[in-house]
Amino acid sequence: MGKNMNWKISLTQQIKSLLLGVSIGASLCINTVSAEVGFPEKEELRFGFIKLTDMAPIAVAYEKGYFEEEGLYVTIEAQANWKVLLDGVIDGRLDGAHMLAGQPIAATIGYGTKAHIITPFSMDLNGNAITVSNDVWAKMKPHIAKQADGFPVHPIKADALKPVVEEFKAAGKPFNMGMVFPVSTHNYELRYWLAAGGIHPGFYAPHKGDTSGQIDAQALLSVTPPPQMPSTLEAGTINGYCVGEPWNQQAVFKGIGVPVVTDYEIWKDNPEKVFGITAEFAEKYPNTTIRLTRALIRAAKWLDDNNNANRPEAVKILSQSNYVGADYEVIANSMTGTFEYEKGDKRAVPDFNVFFRHHATYPYYSDAIWYLTQMRRWGQIEQDKSDDWYKDIAAKVYRPDIYAKAAQSLIDDKLIPAADFPDFSKETGFKAPQTHFIDNLVYDGSKPNAYINSFVIGLKQGDKL
Amino acid sequence: MAVVMLKIAELSRAILLPFIGIAIFLALWAVTANSIETSLGKFPGPVAVVSQFDNLYQEHITEREKAEAFYQRQETRNEARVANDPSYVAKVRAYTGKETFWDQIVTSLITVMSGFILAAIIAIPLGIWMGLSRSLQAAINPIIQIFKPVSPLAWLPLVTMVVSALYVSPDPLVSKSFINSMLTVTLCSVWPMIINTTIGVTSIDSDLINVSKVLRLSAITHVQKIVLPASIPMIFTGMRLSLGVAWMVLIAAEMLAQNPGLGKFVWDEFQNGSSDSLARIMAAVVVIGFIGFLLDRGILALQHWVSWDQ
Repeated sequence: MGKNMNWKISLTQQIKSLLLGVSIGASLCINTVSAEVGFPEKEELRFGFIKLTDMAPIAVAYEKGYFEEEGLYVTIEAQANWKVLLDGVIDGRLDGAHMLAGQPIAATIGYGTKAHIITPFSMDLNGNAITVSNDVWAKMKPHIAKQADGFPVHPIKADALKPVVEEFKAAGKPFNMGMVFPVSTHNYELRYWLAAGGIHPGFYAPHKGDTSGQIDAQALLSVTPPPQMPSTLEAGTINGYCVGEPWNQQAVFKGIGVPVVTDYEIWKDNPEKVFGITAEFAEKYPNTTIRLTRALIRAAKWLDDNNNANRPEAVKILSQSNYVGADYEVIANSMTGTFEYEKGDKRAVPDFNVFFRHHATYPYYSDAIWYLTQMRRWGQIEQDKSDDWYKDIAAKVYRPDIYAKAAQSLIDDKLIPAADFPDFSKETGFKAPQTHFIDNLVYDGSKPNAYINSFVIGLKQGDKL
Repeated sequence: MAVVMLKIAELSRAILLPFIGIAIFLALWAVTANSIETSLGKFPGPVAVVSQFDNLYQEHITEREKAEAFYQRQETRNEARVANDPSYVAKVRAYTGKETFWDQIVTSLITVMSGFILAAIIAIPLGIWMGLSRSLQAAINPIIQIFKPVSPLAWLPLVTMVVSALYVSPDPLVSKSFINSMLTVTLCSVWPMIINTTIGVTSIDSDLINVSKVLRLSAITHVQKIVLPASIPMIFTGMRLSLGVAWMVLIAAEMLAQNPGLGKFVWDEFQNGSSDSLARIMAAVVVIGFIGFLLDRGILALQHWVSWDQ
């Protein structure tokens, strides 16, 4: 009987995944038929962003006239924090926004605010780092191996931080760290790095009303808006943080903290921000959606063209007070392919910010699923879900079909060669199993549950708080 | 001779002393600023702030040129599209670039005046009525006393939520953020005006009231000929207080709610954290103070004009 049941479940699962495969395949097939994109239904748009360098594609699309060439008149507006930004997109004050990859996913599954948000465009890879205070750095240093030139060997693992956290605990002091939002890339990266070094970052238990994410935690994580990270660190409220640029380099410039690890070292070429719009918007204004995606793809390509040759110009744009507004030198530090850890320890990280290479702008389902696995790992998703559930949600939020239409029209217009894009007739939306994680685990997006079970620290299948 | 000496003394008090005061202040500022090292560099002294004024002005000019180019591009694009698609009705869209410092000053001034005028429209008639009727005064006074000291920051979230719930329109005439800031200003600046108007009306000379009774003036004529002229000074005192409050409240509201204006300028610069940010914020502080001063003088001038008219 039991055997019979199993068989039944696996059959329904197979049918489901088959159906999903068909629907994905069908949508991809349509895209290969090129058609001229019609005039935009809505021309005046308002986009939100947070003052971070990875909003660059939006600023560049504006300043280089790509939005205007699509007949779009876009106003770009800085937002106070991620919550205000998300609410703005949901209530229609904003038409679209620079979002954390986890935001559209969490909104769609109803963690936090419930709303169906989609993304046709992934904004960039990498670009974050973890910074600790000078005091913590001094205590970590003895546990880190040194290179011949006296600088530490990178990547630095959280193993070096563990004794410091224990010292804090022994002294009865909390070890606090900042991240930017409960469903932010930064939260998951910081948690990943801490857990890989044996430091428990704490669970969420939303079904019990506990959304602080500090159950069983050894390091207490809390939300601080990015621009306030350095000042909060300086005030001693937090001992370290994970944030995007320029706020890590800012700590080096101000001499108040030391970046210890970049997210490139935690997970090479990890997906970072996305461009989020409501599903309703995409449905109501299909041409506008494709056109804005076209403009963003062109901007991303411009940012990476000729081996980052345009980056200095991009930095100049970003340093304007209405965009990121920080000093040119601070933004340039990371945008132009270098990263300064300890003061004077400047290293080449050519892929610290990737906007177009490695198919960075294509919204891969497997990227969405990685975020979902981390939400499950830390209890934000309180129950076990089937592998198909992960794939369904990914397909609901990530919309490579819109991307492919925009890309195809760019190819037809001879603006970008087809070789720069994935082969849309074959692309499944799943990257090959990914390596290059700081703990050497392998991530296969098609087997989310198996991946969740592979972590030492974290909820596994069957676990419930 | 004595008269000349007196004149000189008077003149020095009017011009020389304020001049010395300002000079000492600037010197103290420059010296102190130089010794304060923040994480964004040295605290800006007077010279840094003056150079920022120039920068802000240059930015304004550049932005205007960009706006010009924007409208030209738009026109060509509209023409091309009409040629392509005759049914298309060309529309000229407002410039999408950033608001400059001067734009933000104008936005703040419009917002503060709208909020203030709305407050005056409510407060002055209500104050007169309360001054005339002891019972109404007794009924409303406790409410006024309780709401008067409430900070704008406490009102703001409520105003924001109510406005976004009630002010729904697909093509709004004015933006929500403007309504939010304006209502917050009104809510905070209405109280001093009500109180002062009430006091002005209740403290009218009883002889005047008796004259009105003897002449059997109608209620409206009574207010027009007796109450208003007699209580004008107090009404204006209330207005001056209120406008001062309104201006302070507006900056805070803009800062917190990210509504366009000088408050947002200050907050944006704080968030930017560039090496120029502090000098730019200081420039905004000087401008905010100066505008506050001018607003106060404006009400005073208005009072003189109104009194002279009587």
